[in-house]
Amino acid sequence: MINLVPPALILIVGSLFIPLLKGRVKQIYLIVLPLLTVLYLFSLSPGVYWKVTVLDYELIFGRIDRLSLAFGYIFAIITFITAIYSLHVKDNLHLVSAFIYAGSALGAVFAGDFITLFIFWELLAFSATYLIWSAKTKKAINTGMRYIMVHIFGGLLFLAGIVVQYHETGSLFFGFIGLEGLGSWLIFLGFGLNAAFPFLHAWLPDAYPESTETGTVFLSVFTTKTAVYAFARGFAGTEILIYIGATMIVFPLLYAAIENNLRRVLSYILINQVGFMITGIGIGTQLSVNGAVAHAFCHILYDALLFMSMGAVLYRTGKINATDLGGLYKSMPLTAIFCIVGAASISSVPFTSGFVSKSMIVASTAEVGMLAIWMVLLFASSGVFLFSGIKIPFFAFFSYDSGIRTMEAPKHMLIAMALTAFLSIGIGLLPGPLYSLLPYSVDYVPYTVAHMIEQTQLLAFSALAFTLLMLSGVYPPEVKAINLDVDWFYRKGVKAFMWIINRPGAQVMQLINSVVFNKIPTFLGWLTKNPLLALKIVRDSILLVFAIPEKRDEIKSRLKAEKEIYPGDPSVPMPIGVLVLWSIFFLLVYLIIYYTKVK
Amino acid sequence: MKKGRMSKVLRKILTVFYIFLVLLIIIDLFIHKHGYFGFDEYPSYYGVYGFVACILLVLAAKYILRPIVMRREDYYND
Repeated sequence: MINLVPPALILIVGSLFIPLLKGRVKQIYLIVLPLLTVLYLFSLSPGVYWKVTVLDYELIFGRIDRLSLAFGYIFAIITFITAIYSLHVKDNLHLVSAFIYAGSALGAVFAGDFITLFIFWELLAFSATYLIWSAKTKKAINTGMRYIMVHIFGGLLFLAGIVVQYHETGSLFFGFIGLEGLGSWLIFLGFGLNAAFPFLHAWLPDAYPESTETGTVFLSVFTTKTAVYAFARGFAGTEILIYIGATMIVFPLLYAAIENNLRRVLSYILINQVGFMITGIGIGTQLSVNGAVAHAFCHILYDALLFMSMGAVLYRTGKINATDLGGLYKSMPLTAIFCIVGAASISSVPFTSGFVSKSMIVASTAEVGMLAIWMVLLFASSGVFLFSGIKIPFFAFFSYDSGIRTMEAPKHMLIAMALTAFLSIGIGLLPGPLYSLLPYSVDYVPYTVAHMIEQTQLLAFSALAFTLLMLSGVYPPEVKAINLDVDWFYRKGVKAFMWIINRPGAQVMQLINSVVFNKIPTFLGWLTKNPLLALKIVRDSILLVFAIPEKRDEIKSRLKAEKEIYPGDPSVPMPIGVLVLWSIFFLLVYLIIYYTKVK
Repeated sequence: MKKGRMSKVLRKILTVFYIFLVLLIIIDLFIHKHGYFGFDEYPSYYGVYGFVACILLVLAAKYILRPIVMRREDYYND
């Protein structure tokens, strides 16, 4: 096979020519570039390519194996589909940053050493920031700023980890790491921030809903799944991941329940989905790691589909809050159908992609006998259905009619959604091709009668719960409001910090400034004009405070007279003896210093 | 979605839905299961679990999380 360039370069270098093109040519170029990447990836065979030696280090730009290829394929496929979805975008910077973003994810996935991984890791963060800024709203600019701050912090953790790890092991090769020693922990946390670990997750629901309709689709794919890949490579079978994953699976569901912004609902569900993958990686059996990779593959498709459908709604109506939407199926029936396909897939309805991937992870927890985790995954499966499978399509397209009448999504958006929906259902119907891409050979059979009935029951009775909660009015009404998350600590924390800087801080500095640079020099200047008289004034001022009442008037008048004549004539004749005395005194001081120094 | 305003279409959909649920419970009795832990072989275990899970989630979100975290839309002033 021809291995001309690292796969990442096609998108990254190719993107730089986008601003030179116009109209039809540009649109064709936008589609051809990722399509070329897809075809190129399928032509690659496992091996290690593109080693570059810089100083003493060997950078590996192409470690091609089953794990990296599985992620590479889906990254390239979704880039192709999302490129179709973004054909209406005119903003060149937006398109270039989207392609660089997708390209850096490919670069990270095929990186064979820590330095290369780190380079693409950072490129991922910076290009994502431009994607967020592309919305050009004040909110987007602020949240983009927070996004890059948080990710620079994560990148520094990762970098520090690399340095310590190199010191400890003497190798920069990116293989299995495992939690041993400080370096591995730092890398673990650096990865964890991108995977939206609990307490490190707030950047995701903060930033993702604020990008453009297409920007958010791109964002939903790459950062978190690159981290999932990194965990699968470096930390498979690390037990703590099971519990971290389980936490990620549960808590976002509560937020998804009460959140009004539908793209923010999806952002929380995104954390939940990554939680499933992290749990699968933590278990570390062949079935569970296969499940995690398969789930990443399917999730990228149906999550992108859900974000695309919500993006189309936002594009046509300018609204995305559940309180403002409803009844849109009349104007956007096709978008509604695609949204429902995505919703069904994320809910693991039989014959959709989620059914054949998530069940592998659930089964793997049961196989290793982790009852509590199995219960959590099952619990969350019904929750995902409720808040993503039902809430998203229901409040956008059905529910009360909001009165909004608009047009169906543009043709290119419909084509992109149709392709994704086709793949989501296709994988559900024929899981074989997907299973053949997974890192280990698969002997898992998703379609047994029992499994299908059980899953259908789980979902149907969750739907019953939703119906009864709606009919009884217990279901929490959508409210125009926001919900605090851990980003509160740095968003409000910064304000507290700035307050301390501005109020007490600045006042103390002002005080120091006026004393050191104003009052003291003025005083010294005043003093030196006539030190003797000045000392008399000081003496009389002190005397005045302590004087008995009878003497007070006398001192007062004297002080007044002294102040009036000040500085007066400073050349007070001094007896020669006083000068001699001072000279002797200073000589003595000099002598003492000299002797103590010399000895 | 108040009861009084329920449309005919919705009534029909719900009737079909309820029949579907009953069918699921009946079919569940006759299929041969390979449970992982034993108790998951009980009839309609998954249905009951899913139902309870959803109710718990919604109640927890409504009565625990929302009072703690909900703020006005202009809370952050950006």
